[in-house]
Amino acid sequence: MTYPVIAYPDDLEIFRKRITAEKVSRKQILLCMTGCRALGAEEVGKAFHEKLRMAGLEEEFEIIETGCHGQCSRAPVLLIEPEHFLYGGVSPDDVDEIIEKTLKGGLPVARLCADADGNTTADPDELPFFQHQSKEVLKNCGRVDPRKLESAVAAGAYQAAARALTKMSPEEIIDEVLNSGLRGRGGAGFLTGQKWRFCRRAEGEQKYLICNADEGDPGAFMDRALLEGNPHQIIEGMIIAAFAIGASRGFIYVRAEYPIAVEHITIASEQARACGLLGKNIFGSGFSFDIEIRMGAGAFVCGEETALIASLEGERGMPSPRPPFPAVKGFKGMPTNINNVETLANVPLIIEKGKTWFSAIGTPDGRGTKIFALAGKVINTGLVEVPLGATLRRIVFDIGGGIPGGRTFKAAQIGGPSGGCIPDEFLDLPLDYESVKELGAIIGSGGLIVMDDRTCMVDMARFFLDFVQKESCGKCVPCRVGTQHMVNLLTDICSGRGRPGDIKKLEDLSGVVKKGSLCGLGQTAPNPVLTTIRYFRKEYEAHINDGRCPAGVCKNLIEYSIIAEACRACGKCIKVCSVDAIRGEKKTPHIINPALCIRCGECMDVCPFDAVAVK
Amino acid sequence: MPKTQSPAIDLGPAEKILSEMKNTEPDSLIPILQKLQEAYGYLPVPVLKWVSGQTGIPTSRMHGVITFYTQFHTKPHGRHTVRICEGTACHVKGSPRISERISKELEIEPGATTKDMRFTFEIVACMGTCFLAPVMMVDEDYYGQLKPDKIKSILEKYE
Repeated sequence: MTYPVIAYPDDLEIFRKRITAEKVSRKQILLCMTGCRALGAEEVGKAFHEKLRMAGLEEEFEIIETGCHGQCSRAPVLLIEPEHFLYGGVSPDDVDEIIEKTLKGGLPVARLCADADGNTTADPDELPFFQHQSKEVLKNCGRVDPRKLESAVAAGAYQAAARALTKMSPEEIIDEVLNSGLRGRGGAGFLTGQKWRFCRRAEGEQKYLICNADEGDPGAFMDRALLEGNPHQIIEGMIIAAFAIGASRGFIYVRAEYPIAVEHITIASEQARACGLLGKNIFGSGFSFDIEIRMGAGAFVCGEETALIASLEGERGMPSPRPPFPAVKGFKGMPTNINNVETLANVPLIIEKGKTWFSAIGTPDGRGTKIFALAGKVINTGLVEVPLGATLRRIVFDIGGGIPGGRTFKAAQIGGPSGGCIPDEFLDLPLDYESVKELGAIIGSGGLIVMDDRTCMVDMARFFLDFVQKESCGKCVPCRVGTQHMVNLLTDICSGRGRPGDIKKLEDLSGVVKKGSLCGLGQTAPNPVLTTIRYFRKEYEAHINDGRCPAGVCKNLIEYSIIAEACRACGKCIKVCSVDAIRGEKKTPHIINPALCIRCGECMDVCPFDAVAVK
Repeated sequence: MPKTQSPAIDLGPAEKILSEMKNTEPDSLIPILQKLQEAYGYLPVPVLKWVSGQTGIPTSRMHGVITFYTQFHTKPHGRHTVRICEGTACHVKGSPRISERISKELEIEPGATTKDMRFTFEIVACMGTCFLAPVMMVDEDYYGQLKPDKIKSILEKYE
């Protein structure tokens, strides 16, 4: 499609009307072609194209390659409209039946509707996973084709930008965003409008706007989904933000580990530029703004604002002390405003629907919605958008469907390596910025990893400390050396070499690292340790005092054995054991030789009779 | 000036990259290195020296940047790259066991390349595909919901 020049808001409206008029009402197959690619969405798409072509039905049915529908545990996922049927676990072999039964006959294919909760309804709006969500920011993700500007424009893209640039002053936009109560969705939760105002008022001949898409928190993937699923929403948010602060140049700093996100945001920015939505005199307002896309090179610390700026300047990505804040002295010494992807994705909504609409969602402390990346030991993994103030129970049980395998919920790790573990006693606490902070965690970017009774909390703390230790840039001593000592202590505890007093040492070191570190990475690094000590002290004590890992994870402290009464001598464990540590004949209970056993747990996973025990 | 310092390295791709870049100032060092690595598969020192001469960016600064970011490497990689995700969701779902099995099958530790240059084995922090946990990638292919006993047959597919 050739794109028209959009020089004024009217041109956008004409373009939108043209697209909607051209659009014949066809049945649509909305197939996720982002995250679902990992489980074969491309093959499914190919099969649809081929079979529809062979049947001469290409004109009747439209295949739209979209972003994430949210229910990633059912990948590959597709939605059929107007029937509004959501299918999961689709393979190329299902395509014929879908064409016959659904596209031609209007009936659902029952087996593709079944989700892990045991629901069999075809209508996603009737699934608890979707019923308990409030999709606002993610509304068009999974609906539009992220590689087609016309698809985004048909869904209303750039209308908010048109209004902001031609009908509002920068100060009015800042007031609107400030009064909406929008806080940063990347970690610290600073008021977005406030941040913009600092940058607007700072003096400098050139100002910069940076979109922080360096989503490095392990367990967070909402920014990836937004960039992949609806990149024009991010660009529109950037145009409005840049106009508000007076920036004519922008960067999107995106993780190289997200190739599809890089591809889609690159295509989107080229399209926006081609029709004048980026470049000189946008919407005839006299305001000019353009974007450059830069890829990260694999350094977690570059999510920190000053480190990100150093990286953009072609340096080692090391943070610098603040003040001066980037709003005053940022990229190349000029005033720079940095916002996270999800924050910017909220901006067009606020301009379109108004601050009153926005601030009615959520709690007084946290307005609007938050996207959580739900993963770990939970039935429905995926992307979940709820109002701030939703409870953990709503997210993990109502939406997530609870814990698989009939096991029990132990804790949720929220906010990645800067966050903490929240135990089951707080399942009914409304989650917003302050309430989570009081528990010792942070909402952070919104990674939410569910843990069950077979997750060892000391091992989790060790895992996070090991991560931040490796990612520590080494510039300041508390973070570089302090986290190393913490890792050593935790490794000792996990391997049975813990000593009385280690918990106190960990707490003391945590205090030093928190207070003394230069940037957010070190200042928040002890959170996973402090929260696990706070809520699971007994587990630490069991490791140190009794040489026991209650969750059965820490290898030096556990032993596998076979319960003779439960064993049916099927031989599955013998086959799976990679070190030949299990012996047994037909009809006699098998036995594990602890001297040979490497405690991999394979036998336990494979046993159909729960006859393998760990203690 | 001789066109190459080492007859084994062709400077053609580097010349093309620099001529196509709008900006070769020091702030573009990371994009330059990314493009060079994409073209050569790694960052050969003779190429870096040549680029330094062209752009005025000192090799010492290049070294500082290359060693800071995990993406860059100055030695050739294997024909295939095995990446195991060590993110939180993967860890909870047993990625250390997968990682141990890969090390055992390839007889190398993470970060190393097999002697026959068939595989390079890397650990990455998070691939953002937590719903596939535990997950690994071989080149561009994802393998999710892994079990240790699946590793051998997956690796056998790559020559």
